[in-house]
Formats: sequence, structure tokens, C-alpha cells
Amino acid sequence: MTDFPATGRQLPDRLDKPLKSAVLSWESLLVLVALAIFIANSFASPYFLNEWSLSDMTFNFTEKALIALAMALIIITGEIDLSVASIIALASTMMGLALQAGVDTPVLVMVGIGVGLLCGAFNGFLVTGLKLPSIVVTIGTMSLFRGIAYIVLGDQSFKGYPASFSWFGQGYVFWVISFELVLFVVAAVIFYVLLQHTNFGRRVYAIGNNATAARFSGVRVDRIKFVLFCLTGLMSGIAAVLLTARLGSTRPSIAEGFELEAVTMVVLGGVSILGGSGTIIGVVLAALIMGLVTFGLGLLNVPGIVMSIFIGSLLIVVIALPILFRMWRQRRA
Amino acid sequence: MKLFKLMAATAAAAILLATPAFAQTRIALVVKSLGNGFFDAANKGAQDAAKELGDIEVIYTGPTTATAEAQIEVVNSLIAQQVDAIAISANDPDALVPVLKRAMDRGIKVISWDSGVAPEGRQIHLNPSETALIGETIIKLAADYLPEGGDVAILSAASTATNQNAWIEAAKAVIPEKFPNINLVATVYGDDDSVKSTEEARGLIAAYPNLKAIIAPTTVGVVAAAQVVTDQNLIGKINVTGLALPSEFKQFIDNGASQAVALWNPIDLGYSAVYLANDLIKGEEAKPGAVFSIGKVGEVTLDDTNSAAMAAPFQFDKTNIEEFSKIY
Repeated sequence: MTDFPATGRQLPDRLDKPLKSAVLSWESLLVLVALAIFIANSFASPYFLNEWSLSDMTFNFTEKALIALAMALIIITGEIDLSVASIIALASTMMGLALQAGVDTPVLVMVGIGVGLLCGAFNGFLVTGLKLPSIVVTIGTMSLFRGIAYIVLGDQSFKGYPASFSWFGQGYVFWVISFELVLFVVAAVIFYVLLQHTNFGRRVYAIGNNATAARFSGVRVDRIKFVLFCLTGLMSGIAAVLLTARLGSTRPSIAEGFELEAVTMVVLGGVSILGGSGTIIGVVLAALIMGLVTFGLGLLNVPGIVMSIFIGSLLIVVIALPILFRMWRQRRA
Repeated sequence: MKLFKLMAATAAAAILLATPAFAQTRIALVVKSLGNGFFDAANKGAQDAAKELGDIEVIYTGPTTATAEAQIEVVNSLIAQQVDAIAISANDPDALVPVLKRAMDRGIKVISWDSGVAPEGRQIHLNPSETALIGETIIKLAADYLPEGGDVAILSAASTATNQNAWIEAAKAVIPEKFPNINLVATVYGDDDSVKSTEEARGLIAAYPNLKAIIAPTTVGVVAAAQVVTDQNLIGKINVTGLALPSEFKQFIDNGASQAVALWNPIDLGYSAVYLANDLIKGEEAKPGAVFSIGKVGEVTLDDTNSAAMAAPFQFDKTNIEEFSKIY
């Protein structure tokens, strides 16, 4: 948006000069953090700079990051979906039931994605149709979806998924590039275009900034929110396919705690938890940073609890830095 | 400039932190979750084994939350570090299989211990004990303190509990041959419920006046029985024994309601796991019937599924209950 058309006046998208705002943006901060962690990792462990190590690392975050992409859109509209991990559990359980019924890989994948989509639609209906707050709805469905999985499975598990199915979670497209990674990159590009270069994306921002104003401007707020809940369900369904294929089995406790990690990625990526701002590039970078941090510390055999402390501190520091910087600038001005 | 300095400092600190020893054999002891006394004790045993064997570094690690997904991340980082062996107590017998298979593909020896992995995901599984040894131990615990013999009764968990039933069968099988003067008068079921176990223990005492010992192969029942014996002032007349957690049961060893109880010893488990892993690294082959040495604990023989039982349950009495009650 640097060159304006010759005719007519247009309001600039931003008030800062493009270069300055690019340098000072959240995304460039995240790039710096990612680079710093990457360099620190390569010095800290002789095993880090290895194509297979780096490839293994991506498995630590791809499934959660796929969900974070859709979650970012929901949070930008000012809503939240905490049921994503339970959607994975339910979708995985239904895939297990389908497997018992003797279906083949393509149907298994469709079952997983379909169940995810249905769960998302259910959330969307409760939020937009019955006008319930999304945090309440999805805390409820979080227990509901996983509860169903527990009723079906109890302390049992489904296993024996075919090799052609396992490929989705364990296979490589070429060399060390896994199918999960390719899928994540493709999805990230799609979400980037959707949010930043379509009318739909602009409306998502509009809803997050002021839903009432958006409604008066002709934005069909409820329909967009409904679509976003379906989209999050769909991405959770895809994540369920990948995770089930990677684990080669289904247990009702599958993917426990994924919802908080996905939300962490979104917030670390610079999406305002109050809605209205954030970018997909930021979320992708945040996912990469979380992967780099956990894998790097893992290579040093740092205990998990220290890792959690590190991620928590990172989150606070990265969020506090720009605010401190702004306060410092204002005081100087 | 400031940022560069910061990065340089971070990198320097990181180099100081990491001093990987390439010459050493590295065995990773992966547990269900960190911060658990049972596993910390296993690590103690593993470190002892490493010292005995020499030139071995034991990497004690595990996730913070006891989930399969978190444990897979830990195993991924161990594969990247090219450790020589992974000895794991798994959070899920199936979900860990793909990642452990990959570890084996990359030349890492894999064994499971305590909580096992399906056979295709590991080379050896080490059980803490086995049915026959447990059955014999629970009778021996009573018989050791009854030189003249006498009446004993069993207070079990639920009548449908698979483990307990198997142990009791094994116990009954061993009595005529090895403990001929022990007379098992009754087996009752307390359903692993404190109240029901207490009632059943009272019932036994009332029904069999010559009862010399109550054997409870369940951690709930053994505490309930010992409490009844204490409350009814029968200490010295009836000896309570069975399988008990040292931390829960210490007071009854101290007050004399029980002479000795037994349970798996996590220290020996960690110790034996390191010995087994080291044997595999040295090139010994894991196949049914193979015999492996596990140092001071003895030796184990692999069964048809390459599983092995370590030893009879470890006995706790006045001499060691203090030490173990602090562990688990």
C-alpha cells in the first residue's frame, strides 16, 4: 500500500511510514527472537544443526500451529474456542470407531475432518444462534466432547491404523520435509491470504474492533463468526487426523492441553486477546519460536517444568517489550 | 549493538552450559513425569548402576505432564542427541510405539520398564516382578515370623481384581510345598475400600480366634487391617503383612502391628534398566530365552514377548522403612 492511485484520495492504512512501521513491528521482533534462539541453539547443542533434528523438531508444533491459525481469526473477532483439544479427542475416537467398522484410509480422513467440522458448527451455533458467550460455550463443549470420547473408550484404546493412514502423521513428502510440515505451510499461506487480502479478512478485523459498528456497516457478524467456529473445528479435525496418524492409536486423553498451547501461540504471535489486531505471519513465527525453544531446551535435557517457566517468561517479555518501548517513547516526546 | 552483545553473551553462556561428552555411553532414563518420588528413586538406582559399570552417563528426563504427546517430544530430542539407549516407563503402551520404532531405526537401543510399551516398540520390557514371585513372597512374609506355623487369612481387593486373584492363586499353589505348616483359613474381599476392608478385617478376627497373620496384597487393605489390629490391641498376637507403600505404612511397622511388608523397589528397577540397556549396547541380542545379568540384583530371562521379571517384591521392615518411606 505504498503507491496511491492517481485519482481520488484514500485514507492510508497506517499512520507510520511503511519502512519504520515494518522495522518496529511485532513480526520483526519475533524474527529477531527466533533468530536469537536459533543461533543460541546451534551453539548450545552440537546435535541441533542436523537436517533430521530440525525435521523432528517440526513435529513438536505443526498440529498445534494448524489450530492456532484458525484460532487467531477467532480471537481477532474477540471470541475464543477452548474446545479444540477435545474436538481432536472426539474426532480421533470417531476415526477409531470407523476403523473398527472396517473402513479404509480416505474414509478415515473424511470422518476425522467431518467430525471436527460438526463440532465446530455446534460451537458456532451455540455462540451465534443462542447468543451465548464463546468462553462459556467452549468450556462446556471442552468437557462434552472429551466426555463422549471417555464414554466410548474408557481405559481402552483403538489401534491398528493402516500404514497408508500413518503416512499423514509420520510420512515425508521428500527428503526430510514431512507431510505435516508441508500441510502447515500450505495452510499458513491460505490463512494469510484469507485474513490479509480478502474482504472476509477485513470484516474479521472490523468485527474485532467494534462488532456493533461492523453490524451497522452491513457486515453479517454472526455468519462470519459461525464460519470461523466451523473453520476452527475443521482445522482441529485435520490436526486430529495428523496426531492420530502420528501416534498410531487413539486414547481419550489424546491432545490434552493443546488448547492452551494454541492460544499461547496466537497471543505470542501478536494477536490482541481483546480482538481487532494481529497477523498470520506473527502466529507462524510464534509457532516456530515455541518449537525452537522446547526442542532446543529438550536437546540440553532441561526438565519440562523449567521449559514451562521459560515459555511463560518469553510470553510476558515479548508482550511487555513493545508496551515498555511505547511508554519510553512517549516519555521522551 | 546492544542486541548483538546480548546474543553473544547468550551464546557463550549456552556453550558453557553444554559440555557433551562424546566418549561416554549415554543412556536416557525416561519417566512418566518428573517430580515423582518413585521415579526419582529409580534414577538413584540408575546412577548407582552407571557408577558400577563406569563410563556411562545416565540422562534422567521426562515430561512435566504425564501425557504420551509430551513424552514423544522428549524422545524426539533424545533421538536428535543420538543417545545410545532409551529406557522408558511409558505413559501409553501404543502411542509411543511409532517414535520408539524410529529411535530403533536410527540405531538406538530401546527398553521399557515399570510401565511397558507394546512389543514392536521396544527390545526388552522389564517388569518389577511376576505373579509366582509375588504369590510366594506374600506367604513368606507371614511364614517368616511364624516358626511354629498357624492360621493365616487373606484380605484382598475386589473379588474380580485380576492381579490380586492371580497372586492369591500363586500363593495357594506354593503353600503345600514350601510352607506346609501355614494354614490358610479364609480369603475375604475389601474391594480396595477403607471402610469395607476394615469391616472384613474385624470379621476375620472375630471368626478365627487362632488367627496369627492377615495377609493383604493391596495397599488399601493392608493399612485397614493394621489399623484394626492396632485399635483392638492385638499387636503381637496378629501380624499384618502384604503389599504396602512404605510412606503410608511406616507407622504400623513402627508400632509393631506389622513385622514386614513388601513392594517393588524403584531403586532396583532403575538400576536393572541401566544394566539391561548397557548389555544391549554392548551387542547382546534380545530374544526369547536370552539371559541377562542385572548386577547385584541377579539375572533375568526373557520370555516369549521379550519381557522379563526383575525379582521378588522388596521387603520393608524396621531396618529400612525409615529410608524408603521418604521415597514413596
